[in-house]
Amino acid sequence: MKRTVPLMIVMVGGILMMLQYFIPHQISQTVFAYYTDWTPIIVAFALVLGVGSLTRIHSHKIRRKAKNWQYSYAVLIPLFGMPILAHLWPESISGGMDSPSIFHFIFMHIQVPIQATMFSLLAFYIASAAFRAFRAKSALATVLLLAAVVVMLGQVPIGELLGRWLPETGLWILRYPNLAAKRAIMLGVGFGILATSLKIIFGVERNWLGGAGK
Amino acid sequence: MYDIIGIWVGAFFTLAIYSFLYKENPIYRLAEHLVVGISAGYGMAITYQITVKPRLIDPLLSGDHWILLIPGILGLLYITRFIPRISWLSRYPIGFYMGTAMGVGFPLTMKANVLRQLEGAMVPLYQSGMAWYEVTGNIVMILGTLAALIYFFFSKPHKGLFFGTGSKIGIWVIMVGFGATFGFTVMGRISLLIGRIQYLLGDWLHLIE
Repeated sequence: MKRTVPLMIVMVGGILMMLQYFIPHQISQTVFAYYTDWTPIIVAFALVLGVGSLTRIHSHKIRRKAKNWQYSYAVLIPLFGMPILAHLWPESISGGMDSPSIFHFIFMHIQVPIQATMFSLLAFYIASAAFRAFRAKSALATVLLLAAVVVMLGQVPIGELLGRWLPETGLWILRYPNLAAKRAIMLGVGFGILATSLKIIFGVERNWLGGAGK
Repeated sequence: MYDIIGIWVGAFFTLAIYSFLYKENPIYRLAEHLVVGISAGYGMAITYQITVKPRLIDPLLSGDHWILLIPGILGLLYITRFIPRISWLSRYPIGFYMGTAMGVGFPLTMKANVLRQLEGAMVPLYQSGMAWYEVTGNIVMILGTLAALIYFFFSKPHKGLFFGTGSKIGIWVIMVGFGATFGFTVMGRISLLIGRIQYLLGDWLHLIE
């Protein structure tokens, strides 16, 4: 019951879902429709786990008055406040910009600017990382440096001022050698996914069972 | 009024995040914690409104979709994870999801990551009317893909003409690819930075158009 049944659920589901792709019969399509309808519902409940863990960690911090415990309120209040606000103004979810509400305001004017700024902050750190990574210590590092410099200069106006060849070479690098490397990686990842999928479906890979209840 | 207050609040949090460039401080920490809470709360609200309510609660309340009790109960079993004695029950919904995801994903991965990539690599080396840089590019692309694949093939030692030379060429191709990807990522981050500066100097301070 603890291990065999979940493994069988995976195996039956996996095989059925694989076969339905090759057998487009009405029965297989009905089974497929049930599975794909049910999966988002089941996955939605997984969010409860995440929210539960987050709540447990931060309420524990507040109770123990751990270091920086005050900030835990900044996590817990919006965590539960946002669903309440969405419930009060459900039209702001479907209406978006046309239905301004506090829910919409918090998303557009707190969440969006903070996330965009956090990503843009990486521009500073990526520059220092580039300095460390791009020191032309070897021939391979020099190739890496040259490719990055040409691609970067090719995308800004100064690149075009330096010469038409620069954006064209940048584009050529992106379209051919870059594509070759990406394609090889994609193929490797693809074979990896296929092998892992088969291992999970046939119960060879069981790490997903975790240690819950042994 | 709504927009003006919004821009001021947005500018405050933009500066709060940038203050980290000087050093970590309470304003940054507040913004950092807020974004965690808001995104999780937003995710919860959206998931309920878009998935749980229309796909489960509304059909169940309408009274003629009792079969949906199965995914509902399976979903609820996730919560047993918090009760150590019966936490193994959470494996059932995980198993259902894993089976579906692996089964549905298998043919799709085969198509997108393998067959389409192989198809994309099968291009003519030369056709009339092709520019020289396209011909060179196609040769580089085909041989480069093969060489990079050889580099990732660890079942044979990288020695000899085929595996040895192939893997050596492969690492060069991969380095060019990594360099190009890095340059592309840097430019993406810089354009985000420009966007935030435009927001501060344009939308907030009206110093630029």
